[in-house]
Amino acid sequence: MGDLFRGAIQALRLILALDPQVLSILGLTLRVTGIALLFSTLIGVPLGGLFALRRFVGKRVVIAFLYTGMGLPPVVVGLFVYLLLSRSGPLGYLGWLFTPRAMIVSQVIISLPLVVGFTMASVMGVDPDLRRQLASLGATSWQATWAILKEARTGVIVSIVAGFGSIISEVGAVMLVGGNIEGYTRTLTTAIVLETRKGSFDLAIALGIILLALSFVANVAMLSLQGKRLGE
Amino acid sequence: MNSPVYELRDVVKLYGQREVLHLGHLVIPHGEITCVVGPNGAGKSSLLRLLNFLESPTSGQITFDGRPLNGKVPLSLRRRVTMVFQRPILLSASVRDNVAYGLKLRGEKEVEARVSQVLDLVGLSQFARASVKTLSGGEAQRVALARAIVIEPEVLLLDEPTANLDPYNGSLIEKIVAELNRERGIAIAVVTHSVFQAKRLAHQVAFLLGGREIEVAPAEQFFSTPANPRTAAFVRGEMVY
Repeated sequence: MGDLFRGAIQALRLILALDPQVLSILGLTLRVTGIALLFSTLIGVPLGGLFALRRFVGKRVVIAFLYTGMGLPPVVVGLFVYLLLSRSGPLGYLGWLFTPRAMIVSQVIISLPLVVGFTMASVMGVDPDLRRQLASLGATSWQATWAILKEARTGVIVSIVAGFGSIISEVGAVMLVGGNIEGYTRTLTTAIVLETRKGSFDLAIALGIILLALSFVANVAMLSLQGKRLGE
Repeated sequence: MNSPVYELRDVVKLYGQREVLHLGHLVIPHGEITCVVGPNGAGKSSLLRLLNFLESPTSGQITFDGRPLNGKVPLSLRRRVTMVFQRPILLSASVRDNVAYGLKLRGEKEVEARVSQVLDLVGLSQFARASVKTLSGGEAQRVALARAIVIEPEVLLLDEPTANLDPYNGSLIEKIVAELNRERGIAIAVVTHSVFQAKRLAHQVAFLLGGREIEVAPAEQFFSTPANPRTAAFVRGEMVY
């Protein structure tokens, strides 16, 4: 309990003092997670809409893979990306291993199935006759799809929140492919692991509190996008 | 009879192996109200979906305004026709945004003024800013009707528009439909179960049974001297199979 209390005080002190090391870790965490989430959203939301609205051969198999992907262990993703980007791997020539780019790649792979899967489920929950009604009003296929995505926006935002949650707290993959290099690939989660191993529980708890606060603020911001749809 | 807006010849629609529609010859004229009547499963709604280009016939020929339709119907042609479904399917937005939807799709100008005018016509001006979730079933159906007529279609298709409504809202919608036809000359096809509604609205009546047209005739003739005994039975309110 004492450690927790001291950690909270330490967190406050580090934040108020704008500690450069913490700011660097926080900045990298935000950058990597933000870019990964942006890619996942840009790819995942249209893909989720497509899977929900289009019929195609092999859809059942694709969805089975998608649902499997929603439960991918991050450390397995890390291992896969590591092998892909390692010097002898097929993409080794890129030189991305132990860089923030590798971390972004692994985080996209982790969050994308969640964004696609939850978007698909929410779009499938929209009245199936809506598409016909919109077509009847003169909507093109894209205009109708956009309107349906807007109808499913609560679910789409949940999909982004789920994607965010899966990568902001993720440690296995970023540790493997980023290498936890100070000032370069050290994120909040990998720093917490390191400080805990060193026995610096105050700092580890402080970073944990910052991580939780960050997650809370990001979720409140995304929930506010839902407007009045939460029934408050 | 006015010139045909639709002409259907030997149109067959199959869902899988099941034949839901098999029409020999059906003409829907410009500027008139055609009521499509018949019991459940007669193929009325399937016919409306074909007329709205939401589905294509399995075989046969549909001609729209003198133009034979083959394959995908161009957007410019699709936008000349619209349909109000039996159950109002509205977007989760305000009444005004719902009514403006079709106009915005078309990049039309003076959206606000046209929406206000149409809301006035359907008696919903006071609900313009309200969310559609706060509306009654009758009000929601009037929003759906307003959304369809604001785009000034050449053909308006109504799929049992008053089936779930109370007499007040039902008669209000009938009145608006009749006025639209009278004042703007819009061709309207109404699917209805109600012989009485058909009597009140129709210039022409098409009676379908088992996916086939049993009788298509001017309203007066259809109700006073039906040519087919099954039509006569239907008009008398008897069970017809």
